[in-house]
Amino acid sequence: MSEDRAPGFATLAVHAGAKPDPTTGARATPIYQTTSYVFNDVDHAASLFGLQAFGNIYTRIMSPTSAVLEERIAALEGGTAALAVASGHAAQLVVLHALMQPGDEFIAARQLYGGSINQFNHSFKSFGWNVQWADINDISTFEKAVSPKTKAIFIESIANPGGVVTDIEAIAAVAKRAGVPLIVDNTLATPYLCRPLDFGADIVVHSLTKFIGGHGNSIGGIIVDGGKFNWTATNRYPFLSEPRPEYNGMILGETFGNFAFAIACRVMGLRDLGPAISPFNSFLILTGAETLPLRMQKHSDNAKAVAEYLSKHPKVTWVSYAGLPGDRCYKLAQKYCPKGAGAVLTFGVEGGEAAGVTLVSTVKLFSHLANIGDTRSLIIHPWSTTHSQLTPEQRKAAGAGDDVIRLSVGIEDAADIIADLDQALAAT
Amino acid sequence: MASRVMSTLDYPDTLLRKVLGSTKSIAIVGASANRARPVFIVTKYLISKGFRVFPVNPGHAGGEILGQPAYARLADIPEPIDMVDIFRRPDAVPGIVDEALSLDPRPKVIWMQLTIRNDEAAAKAEAAGLTVIMDRCTKIEYGRLVGENSWAGINSGVIDSRRPVQTVEYQRFRLPGVVGGGERK
Repeated sequence: MSEDRAPGFATLAVHAGAKPDPTTGARATPIYQTTSYVFNDVDHAASLFGLQAFGNIYTRIMSPTSAVLEERIAALEGGTAALAVASGHAAQLVVLHALMQPGDEFIAARQLYGGSINQFNHSFKSFGWNVQWADINDISTFEKAVSPKTKAIFIESIANPGGVVTDIEAIAAVAKRAGVPLIVDNTLATPYLCRPLDFGADIVVHSLTKFIGGHGNSIGGIIVDGGKFNWTATNRYPFLSEPRPEYNGMILGETFGNFAFAIACRVMGLRDLGPAISPFNSFLILTGAETLPLRMQKHSDNAKAVAEYLSKHPKVTWVSYAGLPGDRCYKLAQKYCPKGAGAVLTFGVEGGEAAGVTLVSTVKLFSHLANIGDTRSLIIHPWSTTHSQLTPEQRKAAGAGDDVIRLSVGIEDAADIIADLDQALAAT
Repeated sequence: MASRVMSTLDYPDTLLRKVLGSTKSIAIVGASANRARPVFIVTKYLISKGFRVFPVNPGHAGGEILGQPAYARLADIPEPIDMVDIFRRPDAVPGIVDEALSLDPRPKVIWMQLTIRNDEAAAKAEAAGLTVIMDRCTKIEYGRLVGENSWAGINSGVIDSRRPVQTVEYQRFRLPGVVGGGERK
């Protein structure tokens, strides 16, 4: 194809980052299952260690298999570079490690995956990274939470488990006024449905474990650098704006242009904290990424059919799915993810906790487990599982009250998915 | 922030590939022997790719940077150069362009590194028939086009099902047809 023609999303999903292997001609990306790479000579080694040349040293810091995954996701998100890590949680750790000093604050939406709420409330506080909670239903709460110590704002594009769509542009405007980057967890939407960087986000993170990998077989995470934030405009982000003693006094924000943030995450966060993804997982996730557009459309179409069915069921008290006309997030969904509102939806079952437990115990096609974003349909009662470590108030604020059932609708036949829910609801 | 405005400059890959693939000799204006500076890293990289590199910096004239004799001015370089690669502030660019235009033969390309842009000087050079690239790094663009940047997860924007052009060494690629590109003695 002509080099100056911009390829479409499906083409990028199959090709971005992957060339034939230069040594063997292998067309699929090989699994480079090695810890280390031989240097040409000591000068080559010095260049690699000194960040004077790109190349492979040691699989804790980089791998040619993971590099293809990184470039693929960076291309799909419209970013300048990416860094794959061991999990979505590791991605959040490495991103904030590059931005935060002890005593700093970051603002996060209350409407987050329960595991993220835990990570921010407990482990990150022990590092002196102080989370300030805000509410995506009231953008002014983000504005009010800004202080001189604020270093970042963190939201999910489609919030888990509520199925709520976040007004990314409005929060990006708050971040811009505060002079801090907006980080968006785009796990539930994936770049096929929504590209946060197009709406003013600066950094995107993913749990690759979910829809990008898509098959429920590998844990992974990724950080995508949007390339637009000016890290050297102030000294608020010393990892990027100050000379690094271990790299001969190099200033990363000056040397690496619009992908400096991704490099900083790799050569400091990943290097020192160590949450490397295995090349085998990168290979599996990369294979999944090739069919992302096909799967996400099917997930979204199936979820919409399920939401329509549930909204008419007499034992269902409410359905939260932004793809349903009449849903309070429908307008936002039309703006941010017009192709579909994703696979995840929540609904209330009559009879509260007891009915919820019966439902998850009676399904036969749905699997009762803690993940989302599998080809298979998944079901969970967040109150008693994913969100059980939170207080009842936190659970309700996160959209995980005692009557809430979360579905991650798979890519099976919609009629079979609905039939399974039908027989299980009949048992409640 | 000025750098955000500058990022709107758009150079097609075919142009950058042609410029970097047809250049053999490069004058590095604002050269430095400080290994923490981007210019040092770029100079070292361009040498490793087989380009003939001429460091220019009055403070180093008569000495050497990375084993290459350094010169005070463009006019002091003893042979024709294809590209002037500028690592100086934007307000220093017009003087450098004037110097470049007074050379005989003239260089074919004026290249300004990341964050460096001077539209007036660029227009003057273009009017004289030179190709001008602004706010881009020669090392980043070369590494992006040949696939080396991809090892760091950088979005190259390149989709190509053909075999990458490898040098005799591990982990080094080059543009097709570059004289000596990357084949170290």
